Amino acid sequence: MRVAKDLVAASATPMVLGILTEGESYGYAILRRINELSGGELSWTEGLLYPLLHRLERLGHVESSWQAVAGERKRKYYRITDTGRAELAEQRRQWATVVGALKEIWHDRAPLTVNPLEGLA
Amino acid sequence: MTAHDGPEELEAQFAQWRQYVLRRRELQSPDADELEDHLRGSVDELVAAGLSPDEAFLVAVKRMGSLDELSREFAREHSERLWKQLVLTGDADNPVAATRSRRDLWAMLACAAGAVASVKVPALFGLTFDDDGSFYARNFTLFALPWLAAFLAWRRGARRPMIATLAALFALGVVAANVYPLADDSQSIVVTSLHLPIALWLVVGLAYVADDWRSSRRRMDFIRFTGEWFIYVVLMGLGGGVLSALLFNTFDAIGVDAEEFISQWLLPCGAAAAVVVAGWLVEAKQSVVENIAPVLTRLFTPLFTAALVAFLVAVVWTSHGIDVEREALILFDVLLVVVLGLLLYSLSARDPLAPPGLFDKLQLALVVSALAIDVLVLMEITGRITDEYGSTPNRAAALGENVILLVNLAWSAWLLLTFIRRRTPFASLERWQTSYLPVYAAWAWIVVLVFPPLFTYA
Repeated sequence: MRVAKDLVAASATPMVLGILTEGESYGYAILRRINELSGGELSWTEGLLYPLLHRLERLGHVESSWQAVAGERKRKYYRITDTGRAELAEQRRQWATVVGALKEIWHDRAPLTVNPLEGLA
Repeated sequence: MTAHDGPEELEAQFAQWRQYVLRRRELQSPDADELEDHLRGSVDELVAAGLSPDEAFLVAVKRMGSLDELSREFAREHSERLWKQLVLTGDADNPVAATRSRRDLWAMLACAAGAVASVKVPALFGLTFDDDGSFYARNFTLFALPWLAAFLAWRRGARRPMIATLAALFALGVVAANVYPLADDSQSIVVTSLHLPIALWLVVGLAYVADDWRSSRRRMDFIRFTGEWFIYVVLMGLGGGVLSALLFNTFDAIGVDAEEFISQWLLPCGAAAAVVVAGWLVEAKQSVVENIAPVLTRLFTPLFTAALVAFLVAVVWTSHGIDVEREALILFDVLLVVVLGLLLYSLSARDPLAPPGLFDKLQLALVVSALAIDVLVLMEITGRITDEYGSTPNRAAALGENVILLVNLAWSAWLLLTFIRRRTPFASLERWQTSYLPVYAAWAWIVVLVFPPLFTYA
């Protein structure tokens, strides 16, 4: 099962901000962390991640700095800011509403009978 | 591990990949750094999992997906990058270029200040715009253009003989404008005021090509410079008009009359400074922004061709001779100048090696129809110049210009025709235009220096 593109895009901002609350990080590590958290189900591309990071930086939700790693190599680290934390809190509230409503609807219903493997085929 | 996938090989692959990334305008150097770090992270992980560096690189690049898609995503966040921005004080990434453009900026400011001071110096000697209008009309280009020439000559690192020549020519311009006893209402003063700017502009051209004045390519650069400079001056003029209007009306609203300041200071000083600033802008943006003059040419060549052909058809259809008024020759001179301009600016932007195409045929049609109209006009007018009105400086100058332009366009038409029939290379057309520039200069100097005594200062 792969998560639909729209859903990936919608959850991208809280996902990145959430990961950054664990401490400053850089693009590749963020992507790996997302992979890890979703058990490989969320397929993120670089084309999604980096422009998103740049947008969050422009909006002031994160700030960045270049740090030298292993000789010549430079790496851009991102850090969440206070407005970023506020944004994350707001997004969490919204997601809680959505998830709560969905749970409410699905409450007591029989679990899905479709075998996910068949769905893929 | 073989020598083939050693660390140097891998570095070379990274360097090559980086070049591909930087070729995209949406992706800039910091993005390339960031993406490269990402790619390296990915490669390191794959190598740790047991792949050879070569394989790891291929897999990592594959995983990153196509650069097309990547740059599309980047473009959505950084749409401003698709608009080329003119960085006036230099590229932060390149300290040498930055120093150079800062020095240019200061030189330009000094020259613009010089031009502004030149406009106001005569006022110290009691010459006012209101009472000595003709003095300012004759001399205006002499206030501004020497400073533009100075800026260009400085930028080109002109040698002493060249600087001496430029100074001598401008001194000659001062003589031409001020020594002859021309009455304020004489024809000669109008003719001089019109031709001196042309003569002096070609002196600016000499400063522009100071480093290699014989080169046809450099002269073509000057033609390009002229087109862009003109457009910048017009744009600055529009901006200046808005500024003046706002200034006048806002101060008027609080009961202060700003007209004196605007007409005595803002407009003359602004115009003189604009001449230099426009030159500097064209120099600074040369390779940054697409040239606009050739674009306008492309737009207007078909329209002008259609208009001229329609006019010719109408002349034949109505069998109505062109009714040439006394000074109408000027109008047809202007027509030829416009046609020549359209021709020049399409030449200036054309790839010299491209084969002849539809646009070249269109240009030939334009030039030929302009020539046909001009010949009709000349046939109409030759009789009159000699008997009916006698010769005046106005008419002699207009006729001379007409002949010069006619010769240029006739030969251009011939060259265009042979180019379209693939007999001559395109370069011969370009060379013809650039080697014709001194003819304009010579004629303009003759008009300002020889005509007044010839026509007894009429």
